[in-house]
Amino acid sequence: MTATSESLLVPFALRLGDDALILGQRLGEWCGHAPTIEVDLALTNLSLDLIGQATLFLDYAGKLEGKGRDADRLAFRRDAVDFTNCLLVEQPNGDFAQTIARQFLYSTWQQLYLNALADSADDTLAAAAVKCVKEVAYHARFAAEWVVRLGDGTEESHRRMSAGLDWMSRFVDELFEMEEADRALLAAGAGVDKAALRPAWDAEVARVLKEAMLEALPQRRTLTGGRLGRHTEHLGHILSEMQFLQRAYPDAVW
Amino acid sequence: MYTTELQSAPGQKAGIPASAPEDPVKLAAFEARVAADEFIEPKDWMPEAYRRTLVRQISQHAHSEIVGMLPEGNWITRAPTLRRKAVLLAKVQDEGGHGLYLYSAAETLGASREEMIDALHSGRAKYSTIFNYPTLNWADIGAIGWLVDGAAIMNQVALQRTSYGPYARAMVRICKEESFHQRQGYELMLAMCNGTAEQKRMAQDALNRWWWPSLMMFGPRDDNSPNSAQSIRWRIKRETNDQLRQRFVDVTVPQAEYLGLTVPDPALKWNEARGHYDIGEIDWEEFYAVVRGEGMTSLERMKARRDAWDEGAWVRDAAQAHAEKRQRRAAA
Repeated sequence: MTATSESLLVPFALRLGDDALILGQRLGEWCGHAPTIEVDLALTNLSLDLIGQATLFLDYAGKLEGKGRDADRLAFRRDAVDFTNCLLVEQPNGDFAQTIARQFLYSTWQQLYLNALADSADDTLAAAAVKCVKEVAYHARFAAEWVVRLGDGTEESHRRMSAGLDWMSRFVDELFEMEEADRALLAAGAGVDKAALRPAWDAEVARVLKEAMLEALPQRRTLTGGRLGRHTEHLGHILSEMQFLQRAYPDAVW
Repeated sequence: MYTTELQSAPGQKAGIPASAPEDPVKLAAFEARVAADEFIEPKDWMPEAYRRTLVRQISQHAHSEIVGMLPEGNWITRAPTLRRKAVLLAKVQDEGGHGLYLYSAAETLGASREEMIDALHSGRAKYSTIFNYPTLNWADIGAIGWLVDGAAIMNQVALQRTSYGPYARAMVRICKEESFHQRQGYELMLAMCNGTAEQKRMAQDALNRWWWPSLMMFGPRDDNSPNSAQSIRWRIKRETNDQLRQRFVDVTVPQAEYLGLTVPDPALKWNEARGHYDIGEIDWEEFYAVVRGEGMTSLERMKARRDAWDEGAWVRDAAQAHAEKRQRRAAA
């Protein structure tokens, strides 16, 4: 790996870490409040997997960066503008259908993405992808099963599932956007061609929505910017809660 | 986490009528089996009062696990490091898992989960008083693991030999996890006590608030615990409230000293003659007030559980409706 591609790897690993961290944080909000104990445990389980993934990718980003920042430093001491998670994962939990919509759209993408990343020329990323994709395959299945149950459940659940998908659909295109850095890293053999994942993602989403008796995702204007640090209003509140102790007691070791 | 007996007469507060007299021959055989330390299994004959006492105790225990997710869940989004967040998530998940196997153990006695949850939400069933206290700083998460799980273990180790087989077996697994939680909690306290002055202050504040409520978890004093004698005779309980409380105090005081924290009891003193610590008087008025649902967070805890249930009703209905549609399609 050349020095240039190493400098490209830092933001790349950060994005993966930030996505997992923010989605894990959102799912943690459900703890103790889910519709059944079984669902509560499942959502906590997803959260736990994602916090583990965040630790893995953020630690790697910190190591590559070489400024002595570990995963905690990156998670708890950056402000919103330096977070590069996609806008989808920072969206509010809403009702259970909205949470499931977010999870379904994201995990379906993440599974395809990590499968592709498993072939990366960067051994650390490739190994991490192989480890994480096993977890994510379960997340995607869990979410898809709930999309079907809610879509093809009662009138109310169908309406709520549609509304959840409607809210989240605005943030889908961002998942497939290729920035210049993405193209450079792809050329170096370490990155992922996100645009190329779209047909498989579209097919899987269409398959599940059909089984769920739901309409195709609405065509809404795409909102984007998370990868560049331009977020929705939600992220600042997520961070102010998540980072409270580290910000209030900067000298403490926990 | 264990909850002690919180309802005064078996079944009566839950609206179950007193049972008819039992067949004396069957009763004698049952009592002989229990006295011989045999396990009673779901299909075995058992006196109605035994069944009711167990349903009450196991379901209270299950409710305590579920309500107990809330005070700790309160800090998941604010855990100070990724490792602490993961440990706390896993711990709260374990509590939920304990709730599930305990509901299953109670179901073997003929109670449905739905009925038990309804009893909790309507206020007929109780849960451990300890969860009606607020978690106010990060050290509370350590204090709960160390003290609350520590107190729970004292009770639950004894319950591994309780006479009802499914309950005893659930306890074996639960105890393993709880003792892990207790060590994690103590490790968190140690980090706080070895940390900055502000962290040590949080740790002392947490001990100040959780010490007495932890002692109350063992329930009323033996001379004021009406159901204990029968429960001990039936080996539903294996040791008395005061015996277990004493053991907890004896184990925990040196742990507090090692942390450099002060136990908030001016009367606490080693009694050489007894070979135990003496403690000051527990505030029983406070205990009974919390049992009645007048604790600092009693209303919040019940509201959180009811809201989760009510707001999740459409999800459960949808899952049911979908399963029925699938069945109908498969049959067609």
